[in-house]
Amino acid sequence: MTEVSVQDVWMEYGDQIVLERINFEVPSHSFISLVGPSGCGKSTFLRLLLSQERATRGTILIDGKAIAPNPEPDRGVVFQKYSVFPHLTAVENVMLGLEIERGGVFGRLHGRARRIARSEAMEILEGVGLAESATKYPSALSGGMQQRLAIAQALIKKPRILLLDEPFGALDPGIRSEVHDLMLRLWWDTKMTVFMVTHDLSEAFYLGTRVVAFDRKRKREEELKRYGASIAFDTLTEPAPFIADLKAKEAAAG
Amino acid sequence: MPSSRRERLINRHPGPAAGRLLALAPFALFLVAYSVGSEIRLAENPNDKLLPSFNAIADAIQRMAFEPDRRTGSYLLWEDTVASLSRLGAGVLLATVMGAIIGIAVGLIPYARHTMSAFIAVFAMIPPLAVLPILFITFGLGEVSKVVLIVFGIAPYMTRDIALRVSELPSEQIVKAQTLGASTWHIAWRIVLPQMLPRIIDTLRLSLGAAWLFLIAAEAIAAQSGLGYRIFLLRRYLAMDVILPYVFWITFLAVSFDYALRKYQGWAHPWFASQRTPA
Repeated sequence: MTEVSVQDVWMEYGDQIVLERINFEVPSHSFISLVGPSGCGKSTFLRLLLSQERATRGTILIDGKAIAPNPEPDRGVVFQKYSVFPHLTAVENVMLGLEIERGGVFGRLHGRARRIARSEAMEILEGVGLAESATKYPSALSGGMQQRLAIAQALIKKPRILLLDEPFGALDPGIRSEVHDLMLRLWWDTKMTVFMVTHDLSEAFYLGTRVVAFDRKRKREEELKRYGASIAFDTLTEPAPFIADLKAKEAAAG
Repeated sequence: MPSSRRERLINRHPGPAAGRLLALAPFALFLVAYSVGSEIRLAENPNDKLLPSFNAIADAIQRMAFEPDRRTGSYLLWEDTVASLSRLGAGVLLATVMGAIIGIAVGLIPYARHTMSAFIAVFAMIPPLAVLPILFITFGLGEVSKVVLIVFGIAPYMTRDIALRVSELPSEQIVKAQTLGASTWHIAWRIVLPQMLPRIIDTLRLSLGAAWLFLIAAEAIAAQSGLGYRIFLLRRYLAMDVILPYVFWITFLAVSFDYALRKYQGWAHPWFASQRTPA
C-alpha cells in the first residue's frame, strides 16, 4: 500500500525550466500512465521519482516520508533498453537482487544459499514465462523476452513502486499486447503503484487507472525557456476489462 | 546510359580457398624475395653477412637453441626467452592490475574522475623512453627498472582506455543496480568489473606491441640476458644469421600471445561476442 504525494515540484536546469508547479496525489495501487509530447518533461518527472535527479523545488513524499536521495529497492524500474545486465544469464539477472541483499560485501551467494536464491528467481521467471530461457544470456533473447526479464528482475525486490520508462516502445505489436496483459496481472497481484511513461495513447488508456498528460502552457519560441511543462490533463480511467473481472471475483470471495 | 554488367571492386569477394591463398601470398612472396636476394649477394661474396642463407640460419638456430653455450654452458635462446618473458609478464601484469583498478575508479566515481583524469592524461604524454635514465638511476640496472619501464609505457594508456569503457556503460545499468540494492562497491564488483574483463583483454592485446618495444629498448641499453639484449649484442658482429631467427621468434611469441588472448576472451566471456562493435 503505497501513496505518492507530489507537492509543488519544479525542475530547472540552469535557466531552463522543465517542469513547473507539479502537484498531484496518487492513492495506493494506482497505475499511472504519463503521456505528453516529446520534451514535455515526463521522463524527467520519472527520474525525479527514481531519485536519479533531485527536484529544484518542492517535495515528493512516499507514504508520507520524503523521497530517499538515491535510487533504492523500494522503487523498481524498467527502462526501454539496457535494463538487464548482458554479462549475466536470465536467472542470474533475476538472482542479482537477492545476491546483493544476502551476499555480504561481495554480493555473491554460494552453496545452499545460492540454490535457494536460484529457486526463488526461477519462480519469478516462471511467472513471466521465461523459465525455459533461464540459462540464456540477454543477447540471445528477443526484445519482448528482454523486457519481461527486466520486469522479473525488478519484481524480485518486491518494490512498492514500479517505474516504467517507455518499456514496451520497442516491441512488435503482437508481443506488446502479450506483455501488456502480463504487466497488468503482475500489477494486480503485487498491489504495486506503477508509473509508466509512454508515447502510445491506447497503451496509456489500456493499462492505466489514471492518465496524466504533461504539456507546456506557453509554447512561443521566446517563452520555451522560462516556462516549463505542467499537468495539462488528468483523468481516471478503467484498465483492461479482465482487471474488472478480477476485481469482481475478489469482491465476491472477500 | 546502361549500367555496367560487372560487379564493382568493392562488391567482389574471394571464395574461402582463394581467400586463404591470398592471405598466404605475401608471406610466400617475402620468402622468395629473401632467398633470391640472399643467393645473389652470396654469389658475389660468399662471406656476405647481410642476407645469410637458410642453411646458415638453421645452423645458428641449432647453435643458439639446442647446444649449450661454450662459455656459460646454458642454452642461450631459452635463457634469453625466459628472462625476457618474465620481465614482460611482470610489467604487463602490474600495468593491467593498475589500469583496471584506477580505470574503474575513474570511470565510475565522479570524485575519482575529477581528481585523477587530468593528471593521468598529462602523465600519459610523458615519453617513457625519455624517463628511462631516471628509472636506471632510481631503480638501478637490474630487473626492476625494466619492469617499471613497461608499466610506465602501457599503464597510462590502459587506464584511460578502461576508464572510457566504464563511462560507456549505459547509465540505465547503474541506476537499475541501485534499485536492486547495490552499493557503489557492489556495482564495481558485480556490474562493472565483470563487464570490463573482456574489454581489458582487448586493451591488453593492443598494448602488447608497445610492451615488447619498451622491453627490448630496456634490454638493449642495460641487461645481461634477454632477447633484446642478444640482438643488440650480436649487432656488433653483424650476426644476421642469429638476429633474424631471434626477430622471427619474438614475432612468433607476440602473435601467439595475441591469438591466445583472443581465444581466451571468447571462451571465458561468451556473452561478449554479441556485445562488441566489430574490430
